[in-house]
Amino acid sequence: MTETEAFEHPFAKYLRAAMMPHIWCSGCGNGIILNAFVHALDEMQMDLNKLVVVSGIGCIGRAAGYTNVDSFHTTHGRPIAFATGVKLAKPELEVVVISGDGDLFAIGGNHFIHAARRNIGIKVICANNFNYGMTGGQVGPTTPLEALTTTTPYGNIEHPFNLVHLAAASGATYVARWTTLHVRMLAISIKKLLQREGFSFIEVVSPCPEIFGRRNKMRTGLEMMEWFRKASVIENFSDPAKAEITPERIVVGEFVDVEKPTYEKLLHDKMAQILKESED
Amino acid sequence: MAKEKTVLTGVHFMSGDIACAEGAIAAGCRFFAGYPITPATEIAEHIAARMPKIGGVYVQMEDEIASIAAVIGASYAGLKAMTATSGPGFSLMQENIGLAAMTEAPCVIVDVMRGGPSTGQPTLPGQQDVMQAKWGSHGDYEIIALAPSSVQEMFDLTIEAFNLAETYRVPTMVMADEVVAHMWEKLVIPPAEEIKIVNRKRPNTPPEQYLPFMPEDDLVPPMACFGEGYRFHATGLTHDEHGYPQTQSSEAQTKLVQRLCDKIRKNADKIVRFEETMVEDAEILVVAYGIVARAALSAVRKARENGIKAGLLRLVTLWPFPEKHIAKAAEGAKAIIVPEMNCGQMVREVERTAKETSVFHLSKLGEEPPTPMEIFEALRRHSK
Ligand code: SF4
Repeated sequence: MTETEAFEHPFAKYLRAAMMPHIWCSGCGNGIILNAFVHALDEMQMDLNKLVVVSGIGCIGRAAGYTNVDSFHTTHGRPIAFATGVKLAKPELEVVVISGDGDLFAIGGNHFIHAARRNIGIKVICANNFNYGMTGGQVGPTTPLEALTTTTPYGNIEHPFNLVHLAAASGATYVARWTTLHVRMLAISIKKLLQREGFSFIEVVSPCPEIFGRRNKMRTGLEMMEWFRKASVIENFSDPAKAEITPERIVVGEFVDVEKPTYEKLLHDKMAQILKESED
Repeated sequence: MAKEKTVLTGVHFMSGDIACAEGAIAAGCRFFAGYPITPATEIAEHIAARMPKIGGVYVQMEDEIASIAAVIGASYAGLKAMTATSGPGFSLMQENIGLAAMTEAPCVIVDVMRGGPSTGQPTLPGQQDVMQAKWGSHGDYEIIALAPSSVQEMFDLTIEAFNLAETYRVPTMVMADEVVAHMWEKLVIPPAEEIKIVNRKRPNTPPEQYLPFMPEDDLVPPMACFGEGYRFHATGLTHDEHGYPQTQSSEAQTKLVQRLCDKIRKNADKIVRFEETMVEDAEILVVAYGIVARAALSAVRKARENGIKAGLLRLVTLWPFPEKHIAKAAEGAKAIIVPEMNCGQMVREVERTAKETSVFHLSKLGEEPPTPMEIFEALRRHSK
């Protein structure tokens, strides 16, 4: 018998060991997203004392608690509104929202479009698993047409959101979409997301084999990843309006990367101007 | 920042809404998130003009749900934070008021009550949200609610609300009404050094040992803020002292929820505020709050002139309800009259605590609060 020496995982410091094991199903993409996020933090040597991770309700919502930084798990749909308060109160903090498609675009859709419009410097990572996984697989704002869920037992008749198009149209200054198959691109993209000043958004198409996949002929994580592999095409800076997700085609890549003054900067400038006028 | 004053010491002629905004600034509020709504809009407008000059933040959110969520975020980032609204907005805020209670986020919510339900009568006064203040969010929790009855109190009680919110880490409400908010009166703002300001308890343990939800003897945990190196977690889920979710443990649920209630209940004697006028020998009492208490005071004086031994107990804290004091005052009284601009809300609390004494409700809805004459007539009727 050989002695094996226990050594710490290089990313251990980024995670809260006390919160493990995580609640996610095997084959779920959420772990890959968290991994890519932590990878980006590590590469950037991010000051963990200056990072806040906020999430809403849903499977990926637990990511905030798993990350070993200041973190807050809000009510359903409200992480962006909460994060707005944090960012405006302490603009020096890096504020990241990690949440799901239902949380951010159904119940919380209003907050997303307005935070993007204001260009508040918060960074949003959305795990798009095409349904409400935590509550057992109901139809959501990104469920593809005809997909089967527990509340669309005869096939979905709602048109899904194109999240990157919505984000771009709402004013986000950095917009990208990847699948969990594109781990390297995703980590690089998250780094960019963290480096940008303005409202930035990454959609991560993520397998939910346990709840969504098994009703839609993709029983395992592997089968869902196989779909991503076959269907995805990288079309950087193509028109986000045309970046569809269909059984045949998943358009991924970076769609928007522009600079625009953030709300915090304009607020700061306005204060300085008022102050100067009052002194003159 | 600059010469701009945060405390406008002096004698002013001001509206209740503006006095409330100035009270918030004097209390140290440096973050306001809101959404326009009659009759509370002037608070937001005044704060929007004042905040940039004193280094504070005013942000207009997309709705009231976002407003209260942003307030909780700012509070966790270390600022004293507030929002102001009226009935419809107050309803939208309820879920996150529960979040603030659960995560013990100090914050102030001003509800300038108008006629409800639903859109109701936006420009007319009401006292229809006083039970909602206590019971509006789901689950068991306690909050603090104050009821100003003058422009001076719109200032004073807004400061008090911040002090209580910070002391007990609890959402604290200023339950004003349209009359108090819109009327103009004399307001005396004392010198800054004479205004009592309370700031939240801070941890004195190093980050490695910090347990964000471990209470001290007063049942309130010291509060670290984001970005200070404590790296802690907070959640709306039932949680332990670490802030980690405990969704399956009955023990964790009992311990947390009971403490959230007890930290207000067991400190109620320190929180409760009320005002008594001619109560000592009173045979008939009026229990009132907000603008209605002013009419009640005139009515009680008139009753005394007419040989009726009347007294007034004015509620300043609606929640926690001053149970002991009502019970004691009721002992010597034959009857209690509770005039309110609703169909009978705080009267239920009076009935519950007064026990043996007969309690009569005087309800008035619509344009104006109960008049002194109407309350006097009730006193005369029930003193016989
Ligand atoms: S339900 Fe779906 S999204 Fe949720 S943990 Fe399981 S696989 Fe992941």
